[in-house]
Amino acid sequence: MNYKNILEKLPYTKPFLFVDELLKINEKSAEGRYTFPVDSFFYKGHFKNNPVTPGVILTECMAQIGVVSLGIFLLQDQVNESKEIELALSSSEVDFYLPVFPGETVKVVSEKLFFRFNKLKCEVRMYDKAEKLICRGKIAGMIKSKLTEDVSKQI
Amino acid sequence: MKEKEILDSLKKIVTPYVQRKEGLENFNEETDFIKDLEVNSANLVDVILDVEDEFDIEIDNDSMSGMLTVGDAKNIIERKLASA
Repeated sequence: MNYKNILEKLPYTKPFLFVDELLKINEKSAEGRYTFPVDSFFYKGHFKNNPVTPGVILTECMAQIGVVSLGIFLLQDQVNESKEIELALSSSEVDFYLPVFPGETVKVVSEKLFFRFNKLKCEVRMYDKAEKLICRGKIAGMIKSKLTEDVSKQI
Repeated sequence: MKEKEILDSLKKIVTPYVQRKEGLENFNEETDFIKDLEVNSANLVDVILDVEDEFDIEIDNDSMSGMLTVGDAKNIIERKLASA
């Protein structure tokens, strides 16, 4: 298993890529890490003179590691070298427990609930360096490789 | 299982995912999940999974892609129940 291969297939780039490394991925789960750079664009406005990572960004980070990276792994057999994936977030329900400040490193752990008819739904949690829970929730997305388009056109 | 029971059960399953509530008022076999009820494709997957649990059947990809209306769903459920 080559995680670098998965990282390369992620359809994001700076300033909206929130995955530094993938620690583990298998049929049922995924784990990865990201460090929020002190100069990230959103700290200027969230909040005035009081930079805190926005919840939507934490949710995005959880989705990129926990759902999209896992989805690319699960689609691996179908994702031809040159083909891209199509994806859309379909739902998220997240509870937040701790703030994340500039420069912090977070770990995201995701467990697959189901992947059927192109919908991948996961239970995702984010931890800080002391392994304390930052946030957790259920995130789902529609994900497929462009190769399978014809087969699933009507879905 | 009677047709009406299946339709009632389908209506109950789909209701939480419906955006266009008027579509539920004359819920019948012609009702189209996407056009009449404005269910999105992600929630249509939830409907299928709930149908599987409710009727204890398994729906494959081919059946799923043919499931555009309530009548389509009813026919698939009846077929699966008959072959179970």
